[in-house]
Amino acid sequence: MPTRLRFVMLPLAALAALDLGGCRREKRRIEEPPPSGARVASIQVGQLQPGPKLPPSPETSTPYEANAYGISEGQRLYGWFNCVGCHAHGGGAIGPPLMDDIWIYGSDPANVFASIVEGRPNGMPSYRGKIPNYQVWQIVAYVRSLGGLEPKSATPVRDDHLQAKRKGSP
Amino acid sequence: MSFGLHSAVHPFGPQAARIAAVWWLMFWVSAAVFVLVVAFLLGAVFRSPSSRERSAARGGGQKRMGAVVGGAAIATAVILVGFLVVDVSAGRALATAPAPPPLSIQVVGHQWWWEVHYPDPVASQAITTANEIHIPIGRPVEFDLASRDVIHSFWAPSLHGKKDLIPGHGSRLLVQADQPGTFHGQCAEFCGLQHANMGFLVVAQPEDEFQAWQAAQRQPAPVPADAVLARGQQVFLSVPCAMCHSVQGTPAWGQNGPDLTHVASRRLLAAGTMANTSENMSRWIADPHHLKPGTKMPPTALEPSDLQALTAYMESLK
Repeated sequence: MPTRLRFVMLPLAALAALDLGGCRREKRRIEEPPPSGARVASIQVGQLQPGPKLPPSPETSTPYEANAYGISEGQRLYGWFNCVGCHAHGGGAIGPPLMDDIWIYGSDPANVFASIVEGRPNGMPSYRGKIPNYQVWQIVAYVRSLGGLEPKSATPVRDDHLQAKRKGSP
Repeated sequence: MSFGLHSAVHPFGPQAARIAAVWWLMFWVSAAVFVLVVAFLLGAVFRSPSSRERSAARGGGQKRMGAVVGGAAIATAVILVGFLVVDVSAGRALATAPAPPPLSIQVVGHQWWWEVHYPDPVASQAITTANEIHIPIGRPVEFDLASRDVIHSFWAPSLHGKKDLIPGHGSRLLVQADQPGTFHGQCAEFCGLQHANMGFLVVAQPEDEFQAWQAAQRQPAPVPADAVLARGQQVFLSVPCAMCHSVQGTPAWGQNGPDLTHVASRRLLAAGTMANTSENMSRWIADPHHLKPGTKMPPTALEPSDLQALTAYMESLK
């Protein structure tokens, strides 16, 4: 390859690599495959527990983290399934606020997933079997975005409701 | 499978007839203009060189050309202003409410289906259905249009022109059908992935048939008659269905998806995507994203026997 051409191709390749990284934000999973039929087994929250050892959680990774489509779908479902009723738009009401940095049961996607699917003491109902898994993961991504845990590039641009102040934002 | 009539040049009511009249006037005037222009063009192309020289020798060619071009420009302006007058007067006539108060029907656009309400002062007499609008013939109907998410457009060309559904801003459309028929309607404003599969039916029927339809729609869902239907109802209430759908007479009170109290009485499924057969119903419940990618309806994993029971229950909701 002539040197001149290499000078052009190298930055182009670097740009392409950068673009590939950015695709995650834009990916739209519009066709969810039908679930296999297995209901979600219990999510493991800790190593220490009574009784028999639980099998490892079947699904603890999510394609919706840092994904703009997933977060906006989560925002829609957050309203549809009346999360607003107790948590308001993140500011909290009879349920705890979701936009502060206090996460009673953990802030990892798997922790938030477990809170929604299993329910939590003092009022959080269990949505096991009521909300399909992929939709729970979308809600998880949105709830995390309320607290500023999702990259700013993927969270909805403008919201009419309160939003957590992110590091570095004015 | 018939999707109903869908043609602006075969009007079934006074509003559509008025619009069709404007269309035919524009069509024939434009056709006449087109024929004239082509005739002049061909005349110029095939004009013999000798006649061109003769008129050049006679002089005054510039002046004559100026008169022809000026005349054509004035004729164009007159025709366009005439079209404007006809168009505006038709628009005004269509917006005027008739003397008897029209039957009011609320239509709410969603991504990607139509919610339909027949309000009634007595709450228990109000009707909620989806994607299939029944209207009586021979009397005016007012569609109150609203949107829950993005801009949609309500268009049943056999009855009226298009009208946008704008979030937070109500709009209305006065329609009358003079003959019975089943008309296809379609969302006419691009609204997302499944815009093309956001259709509806308007069923215009004689007053007595319309009253009978209303009486049937007011009934709560029938109680399951046998063990299979009972199992189907149990499945419906225990899997995610009830989070979004209502069936009157059961605890299912979801408001995010179409009301399913009388789903089996409707001809089409998923906003005109397919015929409402039990086979399509099963496929739709199990794997909607394959049939309508992007739909807000999630796939649901069920044992085959449960899926059959659920489908049978859905088909029993007449």
